[in-house]
Amino acid sequence: MTRLTSLVAIAASLALTAGCAHRRTADQLPPEPPSATAAEADDFGTPQGSVRSTPLPGSRADFLQSVPTDRVFFDFDSYALDDRDRTTLDAQAAWLTRNAGIRVTIEGHADERGTREYNLALGDRRANAARDYLQSRGISPGRMQTISWGKERPANPASTEEAYAENRRAVTVVPE
Amino acid sequence: MSTVRFPVVFAAALLSLSGVAFAQTEPPPGQDEGQLVVDVTGGQRAPLPIAVPYLPTPQETATAAGGTGALGRQVADIVAADLRNSGLFTPIGPGGLHAVSFPQVTAPDFPYFATTGAQNLVQGFVQANGNGSLTVGCYLYDVAAQSELTRQGYVIQPRDWRRAAHRCADTIYSRLTGEGAYFDTRIVYVSETGPARRRIKRLAIMDYDGANHRFLTNGQWTVLTPRFAPNQQTITFMTYQDERPRVMVYELDSGRTRPLVAGPNMTFAPRYSPDSRHIIFSMAVNGNTDVYRIPVAGGTPQRLTNSPGIDTGGSYAPDGGRIVFESDRGGSQQIYMMDADGSNQRRISFGGGGYATPVWSPRGDLIAFTKTGGFRIGVMAPDGSGERILTGGGYAEGPTWAPNGRAVMFTRGASAGELWYVDVASGATRRVPTPLGGSDPAWSPLRP
Repeated sequence: MTRLTSLVAIAASLALTAGCAHRRTADQLPPEPPSATAAEADDFGTPQGSVRSTPLPGSRADFLQSVPTDRVFFDFDSYALDDRDRTTLDAQAAWLTRNAGIRVTIEGHADERGTREYNLALGDRRANAARDYLQSRGISPGRMQTISWGKERPANPASTEEAYAENRRAVTVVPE
Repeated sequence: MSTVRFPVVFAAALLSLSGVAFAQTEPPPGQDEGQLVVDVTGGQRAPLPIAVPYLPTPQETATAAGGTGALGRQVADIVAADLRNSGLFTPIGPGGLHAVSFPQVTAPDFPYFATTGAQNLVQGFVQANGNGSLTVGCYLYDVAAQSELTRQGYVIQPRDWRRAAHRCADTIYSRLTGEGAYFDTRIVYVSETGPARRRIKRLAIMDYDGANHRFLTNGQWTVLTPRFAPNQQTITFMTYQDERPRVMVYELDSGRTRPLVAGPNMTFAPRYSPDSRHIIFSMAVNGNTDVYRIPVAGGTPQRLTNSPGIDTGGSYAPDGGRIVFESDRGGSQQIYMMDADGSNQRRISFGGGGYATPVWSPRGDLIAFTKTGGFRIGVMAPDGSGERILTGGGYAEGPTWAPNGRAVMFTRGASAGELWYVDVASGATRRVPTPLGGSDPAWSPLRP
């Protein structure tokens, strides 16, 4: 009912201030794509042909909902996993055990403070560190392939310590 | 205007080659009188003033690349630009100088050029040969001594007129400095555009001065670190084609591309042997990276390093006998040396901080590198002595040598790259123009 009420409110505000709905902050909106939901509401605030998507087991969305995060982070010029990384990978291993048919790619990345070719090798080390840990938790190596992107695909393009920390990562990628 | 018979001694000796773009006469080697000694290593000498007037034509003739008169002006512009780019010359003209008539090409007005302050004078001509080809003449004079130092003639197809200009500048540069030439060269590099998260990287090739630019790949897959084969028949580079990062070989004539190494492992950091027969590269196997060697035509990789660290970035000595590479086997990135068969590995960098991407000079006397603390380009002797940093502020990595071993091109910028050039003697830097961003330059040898 709360959801319906907020939809009515949105529909009303849309009528009053057409085009401004996108300025609402995320927490004022329902969790599903807000503009699409609002656009599908009729004059009575009733969703028409409402199709609410749910993550299918084994999908990337399911994986992302089931694990704390799809990535682990590394110190500068390091490929060592810490306790937090191992907790993350334990959850990933549990999901992979439940979804035994899924194959994943583990991407290794580096921050920009390394030469290009060295960073390719460093990204490979990081991807392999995550893969080796998952294998130690019972995941078959045949289900995991690694790829190093070096510094070619930063998660955060800024040149700050925070960005560098985000970029030194290994990401477990489940197919869409 | 009547046709003037031109007393070109070399003209009879010129070969007119249809398949090959160039024919030229070589000056007699040796240190005859008139050679100016330029202190290149010290870099203290002020740039030499040299007059470069427009090149006249004996008869204005339309060609596929424009009229011979216009080509004469464009050739002079390029000769002056090349000499200026070297940092060793201050060109005077072409604009603002008295016009040179065709007969004056071999009988310069020395008193006039003396008033310009020029120590040397470049003159020449552009002549249509009647069969579609052009002859570009190039003469170098000593103004004070009123003497000729060298002359060269180039028979070219009109589309290659820029190369004739670069050859002329190369002749002047070599004659006056005693150094090897490097203007008639190309750069293969990675053209960059788009946001850092999804940067589009395309293989591109251009003349050393940015002209004749063209793309070799379409940008669908990220490409990195191209290198010219010394014989200039192939280019090796790394690609993420099909999300399988590996080294490829691109055949310049056919445009065909093929993987260098079979198998699923990531291969990268390719470099040719001086005889163009082998490529050394890095291969990552289960998180460990070593240097391998393989014939360019393919075959079984031979492992050259076997450490648990990251061994990469190899580069051959010009004689092929040794390989310099980087390794973090001792805990940080440092430069190591080994014999070409992988034996006798020892560290040579001890200057403090990290060292990466060693590249052996074509002269053999220096190794250029990236210093990883601060990301600067430097050089050292092959025994690790005499370390000197060439670049100042701003992120720099990935040096590549000009074929004469006197200049280095490199990437500036960590995420959005530009190509820059530094003169090893003087440390003078300048940006190399590219249509988009650029990184990973590799300088070709002199063109055949």
